[in-house]
Amino acid sequence: MSKKSGLDKAMFLEAVKESFVKLDPRVLWKNPVMFVVEVLAVVTTYFTLRDAGSGAIKSVGFDGQIAFWLWITVLFANFAEALAEGRGKAQADALRKTRSETIAKKLVGETREEISASLLRKGDIVLVEAGDFIPGDGEVVEGVASVDESAITGESAPVIRESGGDRSAVTGGTRVLSDWIKVQITANPGETFLDRMIGLVEGAKRQKTPNEIALTILLLGLTIIFLLAVATLEPYAIYTGVPVSIPVLAALLVCLIPTTIGGLLSAIGIAGMDRLLKRNVLAMSGRAVEAAGDVGVLLLDKTGTITLGNRMATEFVPAPGVTPEEFADAAQLSSLADETPEGRSIVILAKEKYNLRERDLSSLGAHFVPFSAHTRMSGVDLQGREIRKGAMDSIQKYLGEKGKDMSPEVLKAVEDIAKKGGTPLVVAEGDRALGVVYLKDVVKGGIKERFAQLRRMGIKTVMITGDNPLTAAAIAAEAGVDDFLAEATPETKLTLIRDYQSKGNLVAMTGDGTNDAPALAQSDVGVAMNSGTQAAKEAGNMVDLDSNPTKLLEIVEIGKQLLMTRGSLTTFSIANDVAKYFAIIPAMFMVTYPELKVLNIMRLATPQSAILSAVIFNALIIIALVPLALRGVKYRPLGANIILRRNLLIYGLGGIVAPFIGIKLIDLILSAFHLS
Amino acid sequence: MKINDLAQMGFYLVILVVLAIPLGRYMAKVLQGEKTFLDKVMGPLEKLIYRVCGINPEEDMNWRQYAGALIVFNILGIVTLFILEMLQGHLPFNPEKLGAMRWDLALNTAVSFVTNTNWQAYSPESTMSYFTQMAGFTVHNFASAATGIAVAVALIRGLTRRQAQAIGNFWVDLTRSTLRILLPLSLLGALLLSSQGVIQTLSPYLTVHTLQGPSQTLALGPVASQEAIKLFGTNGGGFFNANSAHPFENPTPFSNLLEMLFILLIPVGLTFTFGHMVKDVRQGRVIFGAALILFILMLALTYGSEIAGNPLIGKIGITGASAMEGKEVRFGVANSALFATVTTATSCGAVNAMHDSLTPLGGLAPMLQMMLGEVVFGGVGAGLYSLLTFVILTVFIVGLMVGRTPEYLGKKIEGFEMKMAVLAVLIPSACILLGSALASILPAGTSSLANPGPHGLSEMLYAFASGSANNGSAFAGLNANTYFWNLSLALVMFVGRFGVILPLLAIAGSMAKKKIAPVSAGTFQTTGGLFSGLLSGVVLIVGALTFFPALALGPIVEQLLMWAGKAF
Repeated sequence: MSKKSGLDKAMFLEAVKESFVKLDPRVLWKNPVMFVVEVLAVVTTYFTLRDAGSGAIKSVGFDGQIAFWLWITVLFANFAEALAEGRGKAQADALRKTRSETIAKKLVGETREEISASLLRKGDIVLVEAGDFIPGDGEVVEGVASVDESAITGESAPVIRESGGDRSAVTGGTRVLSDWIKVQITANPGETFLDRMIGLVEGAKRQKTPNEIALTILLLGLTIIFLLAVATLEPYAIYTGVPVSIPVLAALLVCLIPTTIGGLLSAIGIAGMDRLLKRNVLAMSGRAVEAAGDVGVLLLDKTGTITLGNRMATEFVPAPGVTPEEFADAAQLSSLADETPEGRSIVILAKEKYNLRERDLSSLGAHFVPFSAHTRMSGVDLQGREIRKGAMDSIQKYLGEKGKDMSPEVLKAVEDIAKKGGTPLVVAEGDRALGVVYLKDVVKGGIKERFAQLRRMGIKTVMITGDNPLTAAAIAAEAGVDDFLAEATPETKLTLIRDYQSKGNLVAMTGDGTNDAPALAQSDVGVAMNSGTQAAKEAGNMVDLDSNPTKLLEIVEIGKQLLMTRGSLTTFSIANDVAKYFAIIPAMFMVTYPELKVLNIMRLATPQSAILSAVIFNALIIIALVPLALRGVKYRPLGANIILRRNLLIYGLGGIVAPFIGIKLIDLILSAFHLS
Repeated sequence: MKINDLAQMGFYLVILVVLAIPLGRYMAKVLQGEKTFLDKVMGPLEKLIYRVCGINPEEDMNWRQYAGALIVFNILGIVTLFILEMLQGHLPFNPEKLGAMRWDLALNTAVSFVTNTNWQAYSPESTMSYFTQMAGFTVHNFASAATGIAVAVALIRGLTRRQAQAIGNFWVDLTRSTLRILLPLSLLGALLLSSQGVIQTLSPYLTVHTLQGPSQTLALGPVASQEAIKLFGTNGGGFFNANSAHPFENPTPFSNLLEMLFILLIPVGLTFTFGHMVKDVRQGRVIFGAALILFILMLALTYGSEIAGNPLIGKIGITGASAMEGKEVRFGVANSALFATVTTATSCGAVNAMHDSLTPLGGLAPMLQMMLGEVVFGGVGAGLYSLLTFVILTVFIVGLMVGRTPEYLGKKIEGFEMKMAVLAVLIPSACILLGSALASILPAGTSSLANPGPHGLSEMLYAFASGSANNGSAFAGLNANTYFWNLSLALVMFVGRFGVILPLLAIAGSMAKKKIAPVSAGTFQTTGGLFSGLLSGVVLIVGALTFFPALALGPIVEQLLMWAGKAF
């Protein structure tokens, strides 16, 4: 997917066009606040035209300006939404191109027929060869191939897909680069991952999230309250003997109802999804993004998230009577042909610490003994020496066969390393244990600080690992997580999630394997790795296209940012009303009660300019806040109290003060140009 | 003089809080069914009531059952009170031989007393028999206050129970709060008041010869017993027309202090009760704090406006400018302003001065307190549950800003709660605005006005605010005993009462079902001074934004005109 989503001219023009299309009341109805503004715009326009027809020229200019600005208010709100949608649409178009007519090689028994991909159904088996596009989502049932998934992930390096295991899922629209695979189709056309993705980024099937619904109810409630306040003003005014014109009442109402947040609400939601998408995370629903903001517990897999994938040798502990150099030499020899990351790290450590250079095994006439499931050891035979390395129990067994035992010092070293969270690897030569290599899980740099941040945000981190409790505890302490689950199985994971949920927490986790699926489905925010199985992707409610488990942290931040932006703009919108009252109410009645001019604290020039300034400010503030709505309120990983204080100051107090200044400025401009 | 006034107000507040704190703890025990020192007396009585009425006290109701029981109880109350009023001519304890009243007034009065409003469109001493006052009004003074407490308790249960269906038993809440809170306090209060000279008699009215020669009828009655619950239950329906300005109801400055304490004692105590019941006294304190901020603001406005008074009177040079019109000399400006603030902060509505005569801004504060929905401590129970509605709104608006779905006491606030909270705020506001707007353009409405211009508008606004908020005090200039006013206000009182109670019980029901999220550093904190300030700010902004246009054309412009030398 294209990572570029800047503002280009075409997108801008498209959004302008869309803002007019969205004036259709059947569409606008979904946004009650803006719908009310549109109705008022129609009413005001009607009165303006009626008066123009009857020749009451005096009020036409003024009413006409109000009508104009009411229409502008609706258009600005539509524009904000269209702009947010436009970014997604651009991405959707790019995706749609990859979906272009693909020919599938469907296998029926031994024969194969070429049909259009759109005719494929769940359960069909297709053959995909080098150069072919994969015609639909599915599982590899036979073969292994390298696949270019850049259309989906934006990652240009090909990935390996093979039958069985956790790398069997393929996505329609990606391309096989080499070899061939047989794929069993798992989704009907129109329901594929690509289809869903297009739907999501376009916001076509966007449903309101629970919080958005609650907020819409609040905004609707406020709108009704202000509708009542303004509608009843007319009877009071008639009682007082100064009826107010309908356009002026319409202007007051539009200024009071929460148009700022009402106009930007859906743009904020779409932009939130978009921000996730820019980080290559695909949320299956807005609900999931919102839940991410509420998450109280993060379950993090140790490997890959907290630690670098592999253990590294960090220390040689020789047995008594063995010099460190001797031991390092034996350890290095046993690992020279060992291509596992652990083996490589032993060679590197030997070089760094004892300056032992790599040697060529074949020139030494050595014979490499590879790791076998039976002996669970690997090693080397050379010049009569027999060096083996392995876990403590396998070496013990190996020595036992020769009638020897491990020395208590070596056993002690093994135990010490295990206690510290490391993995001890014993190296033996002949019938003697030479010492222990300390293999350590290396915690990722900066992760501890990250967890501290999360703690300040009130989020608990739990490390999930298959290690024994001793090892797990040591790594947990080093990484600074709050808790850990050792010797984890899919069942214990599931129980842990349910346990946290029953205590009222929302739980987020990542997973990729089929055995993660139940836990992913149970968790409130389940992020499946794109490299994972189809089952995992189906079970989760987000997919990380980069397959980077650390991204869970960013997802949480985006969720929080989304809610904060909504809250801040709501507060701002309501706080704005104070100034608008001070602009409009004195303007309405100053002619009858000149004493009311003390309420005109902004000293606005005339009643007309006061009303117009308020309406214009109300429209302009929407467009001024579009960048903020799309970008989101600035997020800092701090505790709730600090965030609250900061946002209250900016959006609460700022919301009260800003319109006083804005309306005054507009009034100065209006009077300077004699527009009212 | 002014220092003396401020000292008296400060003294009042200190005593109030000192008494309310232990009362709050005691009420929490009563409402949670814990042991108290009154068990020996009230326990058997309670059991007897349950047996006689066929109530199973162990039954736990869901919110629909609870609301159903409450509505049935209150509608029955209205019907029986209406019949009692219509038949009073045939009933005992009627020495003055007072007959049935007009049906619209009877209906208005029945709704008024059952809804805890005690709006009186009549002069009690010339309309109501002793029997109607005792068996009708006094009974409902207890029942309506107990209903308020029951709703508040049900709401608290909803906020604290974990994944539960039930929110308590209405009959048990009603009985326990009557027998163990209202009754003992009223007994004590009646004794204290009669020590000051409040009368308690069933004898006929006295005709006495005055020093000047002509004879005068002195209305009497069993006042003290009704006076205490009138205040403790924030009912406010006076035994006499002059209410607490009448020397038989409120004879001395000390009785005046007692009466003001009685009015606010339970509402203030309930904020602390809330803290105990949610197992976090800070939550109670924060609500107390928010209400106190609003109370002090309103008191300052009323007192400031009254002491500054009317420049037109000041110019005449007889007295100072301070507004003494409509005030009793034995109470003065300070204690009248304090009483007016206290009685409209709660939904009491008893008065010791005529609110119609307050300066325009001095009258705005009482009116605004009612428009805010009686949340400045508010009516017994009603104040707490209305304020909790605003807590929910505040938490929702402000809580979003910390980046989480808003939670209160660990419970998520979602669409349903929002809908109900918005209804609970919208319904009373709509009653006030629509009612007064209708009255201001109908001859049936405006013909009852005593004053033209902005003051007339204030009279109408005040009447509907008082009815909708179930306060019951009045700008007495309005002649309210007409078909239009009796019926429209009866409707507004009914809707204003149950249009808030039902949404809140629904919130209690849906909150009870939810899980409780544990508190973390990411949780929006609803304790501490900042939240008190936010809560009072939201109450004020929502109320002010709703009513600013109306108030601008009523009291605000009237005050400005008064300063400019024009009175109405």
